[in-house]
Amino acid sequence: MSTPARYPLRTRILHWVTAVLVFSMLFIGFVMVNSIGSYAALRSIHMTLGVTVLVIVVLRVANRLTHRAPKLPDTVGWFEHKLVVGSELMMYGLLLAQPLVGWAMVSATGKPVEVFGSLHLPRIAPFNADLYFVLRQTHSLLAFVLVAVIALHVSAVLLHTLTLRDGMLSRMGFALRRRDAPTNSANMDTQEPAAVQAAVRERTNAANTGRHRGPGRH
Amino acid sequence: MLLGIGAVGAFLAIDLGAVAYANKWIGPEGTLTRETFMAGFRKVFGLHPGFRRNHAKGVVVSGYFDSNGSGRDLSKAAVFSRGRTPVIGRFSLSGGNPMMADAPATARGLGLAFTFPDATQWRMALLNLPVFVDNSPQGFYDRLLASKNDPATGKPDPAAMSAFEKAHPESAAAMAVIKQHPPTTGFADSTYSSLITFFFVDDAGRRTPVRWAFVPMQTALPPHPGTTNSLFDALVRQLKSGSLQWRLLLTVGRPEDPVTDATLPWPTDRRTVDAGVLTLTGVATEAPGNARDVNFDPLVLPNGIEPSDDPLLSARSAVYAASYRARTGEPKSPSAVQVDEVAP
Repeated sequence: MSTPARYPLRTRILHWVTAVLVFSMLFIGFVMVNSIGSYAALRSIHMTLGVTVLVIVVLRVANRLTHRAPKLPDTVGWFEHKLVVGSELMMYGLLLAQPLVGWAMVSATGKPVEVFGSLHLPRIAPFNADLYFVLRQTHSLLAFVLVAVIALHVSAVLLHTLTLRDGMLSRMGFALRRRDAPTNSANMDTQEPAAVQAAVRERTNAANTGRHRGPGRH
Repeated sequence: MLLGIGAVGAFLAIDLGAVAYANKWIGPEGTLTRETFMAGFRKVFGLHPGFRRNHAKGVVVSGYFDSNGSGRDLSKAAVFSRGRTPVIGRFSLSGGNPMMADAPATARGLGLAFTFPDATQWRMALLNLPVFVDNSPQGFYDRLLASKNDPATGKPDPAAMSAFEKAHPESAAAMAVIKQHPPTTGFADSTYSSLITFFFVDDAGRRTPVRWAFVPMQTALPPHPGTTNSLFDALVRQLKSGSLQWRLLLTVGRPEDPVTDATLPWPTDRRTVDAGVLTLTGVATEAPGNARDVNFDPLVLPNGIEPSDDPLLSARSAVYAASYRARTGEPKSPSAVQVDEVAP
């Protein structure tokens, strides 16, 4: 039983923080455009979280260039490998584009771009109603593309992890059974925050179960 | 194998179910959404592509605000420091038909955007009324539907309106107050009020409830009777021959004054602060890149002015945004008020 290849700790933390934020962002975004009473409050939260996601994703891109991805399980063939690389690139592209489109869209209305209560960001697009409309439609389109891509991404990882039992999820997971399995080497996971642990405990447990089932798949 | 497919199925059900629920594709019906209002405007006024869903008929103005510094005691907003601030705006008549004939009884609107298009702005949409007619989004929606013209008479159905007043006593009371303040001759001599209460915040963080109004400093040219744009034409003529001015009066609320119900007037003895003078110098036909393309969202506020919990604020912001999104994607046609066609 070998320790699975994982992304570096900082990459895994950034990944799960982004996952929580982006899921919240999509949900808040869909709710707010249908809401009357909570629209204003949700819009403030949405714009603030959007800028936060943008900063985190820029950090992630910079961070991602500092290391290679851990080896994929043997279950991933040549063609699927291409899909994995392509989907990762697409995800980064979408996560960068969506907040930028949102920011530009507000800019094009000529409105101030206000986040964190009272921080005013510069406008990044000229005041232009036609441009606003294109950006506004794009923002909705990208939201639905993100929903689809995230659904495919999670489904693929779940299928690999639970059906092929190849430990796919553990590349992004945290070692939570260290006391049970103290012989595991390469413990880079000594400082992960409790909240992140909790968020992924179930899936990681499932992954661990798969991994501990036997040596067969490796 | 089954575990994996089951997990994926469960995940997709939760994930896509949440998305569907958030989009109101599934879940309880009957709550007001911005689409309810958009459909309501469409039903009552018809579809007029490219125009605002309400206050569709309008003309664009520009000028400046000269602050005398008095408002600075109530709010730290830069606009109240002594000095001049550029302003753009738009006069309008309420209703979703951009080609309707001007009528004295139609509510007159004034949208203003201070320091447009800077990184901080103060936007507002004011009316020539002493109080607002509704105190809730539902009330506004119900009144909108009740005001639909009966095709047979060309007027709203009296039965529908009296049913509305019975269901919304707050609106009936507000209409009685409004009746005591009959409309003035024209746009130029109307008082335009915020109606909704905001909180002004000073340097020390003290929050004061404030309602404000622009009080005219001139009489209005009389409208030429029988013309379609009688009120707008009179305004344009007057602005072509000189500037128009309004005094900005800030009315300071007391702790017992209502701050979340715009149908309730404040007692007339409340302290007012004369904060300065709005001068409008320019008038223009609605066109790309001018105030036609500005959403006078009342929640665009500078530091030093904060919204109250009046439920109309968020609702207006939401519905204005929906109207803005819809009209920016539609083909445009010329506005009814063509400034060049008005003889000075």
